[in-house]
Amino acid sequence: MIDFQNVHVSFPAKGKNIEAVKNVSFTIKEGEIFGIVGTSGAGKSTLLRTINLLQRPTHGHVLINGSDITNFKGDDLRRLRTNIGMIFQQFNLINTKTVFDNVAFALKAKKHSKEETRKKVLEMLQLVGLSDKSSAYPAKLSGGQKQRVGIARAIANNPKILLCDEPTSALDLETTNSILDLLKVVNIKLGITTIIISHEMNVIKKICDRVAVMSNGEVLELDNVFNIFTSPKHEFTISLVNHTINLDLPSHLFHEKGNRLLKIVYSGKKAEEAVISDTAKRFNVHLNILHGKIEYITNKPFGVLIVHLDGTANEVANAEKYIAERTFKVEVIND
Amino acid sequence: MTESYIVELLDNLKKAFLETFLMCGTSIGLSIILGVPLGLFIFITRKGLFWENRILNFIGGFLVNIVRSTPFVILLVLLIPFTQLVVGSTIGPLAASVPLSIAAIAFYARLVENSLCEVDKGVLEAAIAVGVSNFIIVKDVLLPEALAGLYRGLTITAVSLVGYSAMAGIVGGGGVGDLAIRFGYYRYQTDIMVITVILLVILVQLIQSLGDFFARKAEKN
Repeated sequence: MIDFQNVHVSFPAKGKNIEAVKNVSFTIKEGEIFGIVGTSGAGKSTLLRTINLLQRPTHGHVLINGSDITNFKGDDLRRLRTNIGMIFQQFNLINTKTVFDNVAFALKAKKHSKEETRKKVLEMLQLVGLSDKSSAYPAKLSGGQKQRVGIARAIANNPKILLCDEPTSALDLETTNSILDLLKVVNIKLGITTIIISHEMNVIKKICDRVAVMSNGEVLELDNVFNIFTSPKHEFTISLVNHTINLDLPSHLFHEKGNRLLKIVYSGKKAEEAVISDTAKRFNVHLNILHGKIEYITNKPFGVLIVHLDGTANEVANAEKYIAERTFKVEVIND
Repeated sequence: MTESYIVELLDNLKKAFLETFLMCGTSIGLSIILGVPLGLFIFITRKGLFWENRILNFIGGFLVNIVRSTPFVILLVLLIPFTQLVVGSTIGPLAASVPLSIAAIAFYARLVENSLCEVDKGVLEAAIAVGVSNFIIVKDVLLPEALAGLYRGLTITAVSLVGYSAMAGIVGGGGVGDLAIRFGYYRYQTDIMVITVILLVILVQLIQSLGDFFARKAEKN
């Protein structure tokens, strides 16, 4: 659906040439929710903006459904943009217009009768759950409500693509979740290919199908979200994932627990089996769970447990082997 | 103070105020009609905006600066031939309105440009991303979002014009300021001077309050 072909963006700043995006090539599939994650200044926003040409690539091409949009201008460009909705971190609503008029504004890109506009706006407001705020001004809305208006505006023209530039970074956790749920609903209900930029892995984990990890203008890794979380390859990705699945133990535990301290990683189907209780029954060992977490990433369980194994050397070794065979990965962390 | 003296004073004041209103009204009207488009033009030809054009932007800005850097008294004299051409006379309040208008247009154009700069770039970007025409962006986003600033700028322009119009006496423009100079200063009639100054203070206060009222109304929050 969206094809980046050697996309390169650089701009002059303070006498130097800053390369914001370096030779990026990948494809976003129709209907998926695609995440782009990375620290600030990684070039994710710049890359996102090449899709609706708010930023023109310096070299390379962006293809949408096979047609090269890189050099679109004038009416072609405007028509392209009506097919691509966009929402922003700071919502960017027109402050002097009511909620209704903010959404109606987007409809001015195409010819609509007054009645059509009214119907469409009310339909959009209902979809985002703001029917009762139709005549309010943005200043009277909460952050979450503003973003809902932003979403209503972005999808009013029935776009095929929705670009989300840090859509939840200005929102608290609870509101973030409700906005992400809404984006998911919009994605499924309207079949809009959605691209979300975020610096938070939690956002990616919650709704994305696939994700590209960016740093310094380059895409380091691209895979489905489950694989990125369970087996990150690049060092940068590993540290991003570790920040999210954070299992820090107090240091004294590493010394006090003389025997084996195991980090057990489960994933997929295996995470649903009762491996720990089976081990305790089969072998003469004591199992003491010190830390643990099970995450559901794209509905697949992914768990990490830190377990202390105590018993005779032989039994411990056998138990370890038994666990290793039935889980994704076992690591001894206090050797 | 005799009755005839007061009657004469009131007559003079009435005439002077009418002249001031004529001069300021004309130039404010023209600064809205021409200053807004000029300021808008300078703004949208800036770098990164949808009519980006360095040469036109420079020319627009330069013209505005020439007028703004010329002391008003000099402008008044310099523009005499132009005034003759436009109104067919070089004396009287209507003639004085010509240089006043030119100064006001340039002054207000710069304030308009500044107000437009204050419009959130993100809001502008969001409007561009929607795919509407540039005309709709100007009409529905740029001008409404800058409206409070436009009112404030107009208030500043109007207050400055009241001050400038005092100098219009030089070309026989008349007006309240001129009255103060002729009677109060040249003829040592301090009472007239005091009265006109008080009236001017009230006038400026009124303009300022009116401007603030509209600006607050335009802010929508």
